[in-house]
Amino acid sequence: MTAETGLAALWLAAALSLLQLALGFAPGMSKSGSAPIRAVAVLQGGLTLFAFAMLVLVFATTDLSVALVAENSHSAKPLLYKIAGTWGNHEGSMLLWVTVLGISGAALAIFSRRLEERTFVAALGAQGALALGFFIFLLFASNPFARLDPPALEGRGLNPILQDPGLAFHPPTLYLGYVGLSVAFSLAVGALVTGRVDRELARAMRPWVLGAWVFLTLGITAGSYWAYYDLGWGGWWFWDPVENASLMPWLAATALLHSLNVLASRESLRAWTIMLAMIAFSMSMVGTFLVRSGVLTSVHAFAVDPKRGVFLLILLAFYVGAALLLFALRSGRLSEGPEFELVSREAALVGNNLLLSVILGVVFIGTLYPLFVEALTGAKLSVGAPYFDAVVGPIALALMALITIGPLLNWRRDSGERLKRLIIPALLGLGAFIILLMAVPQDGLLAKLGFGFAVALFPASLLPLLARKLGRTPLTTYAMVLAHFGVATAVAGMSISSLTTSETLIAAKPGEIVSVGPWSIRFDSIRPIAGPNWTALEATLYATRGGAIETLKPQARFYTDPPTETTQSAILTTLTGQLYTVVGQQVGDRWQLRLWWKPMVTLIWLGGALIAIGGALALLGRAWRGWRKAGVR
Amino acid sequence: MTGWLRFTPIVLLVLIVAAMLWRLANPPDTTVHSQMIGKRIPQFVLAAAVPGVQGLSSTQLADGKPKLVHFFASWCVPCIGEAPVLDELKKQGLTVEGIAIRDRPDELAQFLARNGDPFDRIGSDPESKTQLAFGSSGVPETFVVDGRGVIRLQHIGAIEAEEIPAIKAAAEQAR
Amino acid sequence: MRAAFLALALVLAAPALADSDMPPAYWANRQLPNPQQEEQARGLMQEIRCLVCQGESIADSDAELAGDMRDLVRRRIAAGEKPASIRTWLIQRYGNWISFRPPTQPIGWPLWLAPLALLVAGGLLAASRLKRRRSR
Repeated sequence: MTAETGLAALWLAAALSLLQLALGFAPGMSKSGSAPIRAVAVLQGGLTLFAFAMLVLVFATTDLSVALVAENSHSAKPLLYKIAGTWGNHEGSMLLWVTVLGISGAALAIFSRRLEERTFVAALGAQGALALGFFIFLLFASNPFARLDPPALEGRGLNPILQDPGLAFHPPTLYLGYVGLSVAFSLAVGALVTGRVDRELARAMRPWVLGAWVFLTLGITAGSYWAYYDLGWGGWWFWDPVENASLMPWLAATALLHSLNVLASRESLRAWTIMLAMIAFSMSMVGTFLVRSGVLTSVHAFAVDPKRGVFLLILLAFYVGAALLLFALRSGRLSEGPEFELVSREAALVGNNLLLSVILGVVFIGTLYPLFVEALTGAKLSVGAPYFDAVVGPIALALMALITIGPLLNWRRDSGERLKRLIIPALLGLGAFIILLMAVPQDGLLAKLGFGFAVALFPASLLPLLARKLGRTPLTTYAMVLAHFGVATAVAGMSISSLTTSETLIAAKPGEIVSVGPWSIRFDSIRPIAGPNWTALEATLYATRGGAIETLKPQARFYTDPPTETTQSAILTTLTGQLYTVVGQQVGDRWQLRLWWKPMVTLIWLGGALIAIGGALALLGRAWRGWRKAGVR
Repeated sequence: MTGWLRFTPIVLLVLIVAAMLWRLANPPDTTVHSQMIGKRIPQFVLAAAVPGVQGLSSTQLADGKPKLVHFFASWCVPCIGEAPVLDELKKQGLTVEGIAIRDRPDELAQFLARNGDPFDRIGSDPESKTQLAFGSSGVPETFVVDGRGVIRLQHIGAIEAEEIPAIKAAAEQAR
Repeated sequence: MRAAFLALALVLAAPALADSDMPPAYWANRQLPNPQQEEQARGLMQEIRCLVCQGESIADSDAELAGDMRDLVRRRIAAGEKPASIRTWLIQRYGNWISFRPPTQPIGWPLWLAPLALLVAGGLLAASRLKRRRSR
């Protein structure tokens, strides 16, 4: 019954999205105002959310008469992972995707008040159009509620690597980000239709982009940390095609965010902002396609189905093509904004847009290059970390330089006076770079430069607060400072850990003492233990670097359904870094141990969190300003 | 924005969609093909894998007659089903040399006793070094090597009975 | 007690993958005594694709063949061979696909030139708009 109710809700929501599309673009709608389409959007979003709730219920109760549950769940799984299993498969995660699309539209309908009405109505219509296509895909090619007759006796379980708290957090967060960008896309479409690309549009779009961007930043950061501690290799970014697919919308959204500030303050960069808004969500759709179609081989990919791939490709081609066509036809009408000089905040932000777009382009090209080469010549080649690190790294450094400069410049024209304040940070950065050149003899020029730039950026990001009354500085300025400080933090973490990580690989006997970096580690014992749906061999390690003795218990785990081996790393986090330990195979009477000492590695994710918090503060700051203007305390 | 520039994104989209459609129609092939076809075999000297059967070295593969070099192992499940096919190829006059990957003499002897021994010689490759030198990536794989020691064909996976004529023909051409 | 027995039974009935039961090669999971050489080896291993678990590098993969490849890399580096030469040897056997570093031959030129081309194109675009403003 639950499944049927959910399916019925989905059909209803699909019909409503068609209505929403019609209401958005039908001529003569302006007479009735925006109330009807708002109501439809809210209802559609609500019904989709209801359908999703039904799917969660079906998973939580392990209803084995639903095919999806039988394929992906198991009655012995802990409840948290049963629920998280709802989106741990293609159909369920697609429903989550469509749900976020629906509630984003509903939220846009409820909360957006400051936008010109015709633009607003067209935007809601565009949102309905997006929803319609994906509803059709869901209902006809990825039905999550399909029944299994007769019901299965037991589920086929879920990939044990996904049975992790990170799973409960990572995909929904990311989807709120990717699919939240649909609002920016729809608003851009609406604005192109009515020709009103102005300050008002920017202010209407900004909170949505900020919100989606915060979730994306958190989702990517969390995903990176999850891969780091779960996969047992100590790596945190692999330039895997699916990771790249998640990074590209983020890059576009970051550029869009900064572009929106220019549009809101100065009404400049109109065409570029609209284009970025369209690209951001287009990248989300491209990512969805890449992950589910089998076009790219990846450690991350979902179950592959080329038929679904074709369907998604057609949807993508249609939506992105229509948007780009609209842009090509209408962007000529967009008037240029007011002028600005080479030394001005606008120019710095243009530079920022440029560099972020180049990184986006490079990641896109690098990810698809093997495909193009094979299609054209039949030759197979690979593009991985050596390419991306070498190319993205230097551009990121240039970006960091802009981050120090931009916030210190005035709009329109600046004498550059305040840039003199950068002398001290620059000298600090140079000093740090030179120290590393001498202290770390081996290769790693990029990392050393990165650390130098980070050391310069730490104080430079605080400079906008200099010579200001701190109590009267807007929250949005603090938000910017925090986010930029977060960038410095993350880059510092990446650089230091890359330059100074020590690794020890050894087959040790119980009782032996091994060392890694400054740590002395005694391999005490290894014994079998069992969990709810797994058994493991757990090693006990005692580690010290002259002070207190810490205990670490890495495991080699065996799951029963489906039979899989995984390693559970044991990580010790200290103020100066992380000790990462993994136990592997038995070799005779010895056990394979992999130990890493990674100084400052946690700064990477701390930086990501700071960036996200900065974004959240900016959102809060603008909302606060809005409430104060409206007289709410 | 200038005229034609506004349409470049659409052109790019068309190219990308075309590439994706191509890929959907031609799914990626995950088998690893050796790039050593047409090149001389690597030099190697492998000890005997099983007592009573000679080991294999690369000089023995360039004696004027085409041969089959068969990578296999006693722990390789598809290799069991392939034994009759290799027997048939031997009956048809082809010399089959074996290279056993990561194998123990006792387990290999058991495997040969159970499934038959069509091999003239069997070299032991305990750390896959010769396998890597051939550009092979798994077991079972069979290479057709001509009389001058040049690799002419790689067959990945177990040879099916229907494929025997094709292998025979490749060996004929390799004279 | 039952849990321990269950665990032991499961350990003994280890997953029936098509793997040999021979131990890993000597240098598969051992670091070279010379830290510079180990660093070179590690750098190369992270750039070589595993033939079995194809999304991973041989540094990260648990596959037996990956272990044998790590052994090969370490032995040859210890013997004084340069990483580039070992990479070339592997590419001669498996093609460019096996190296995560794209080729510097003509087939890889568009890839390496792309960032420069994008920067120049984007820079020209941005500069033309700046110029138009200043000339007003």
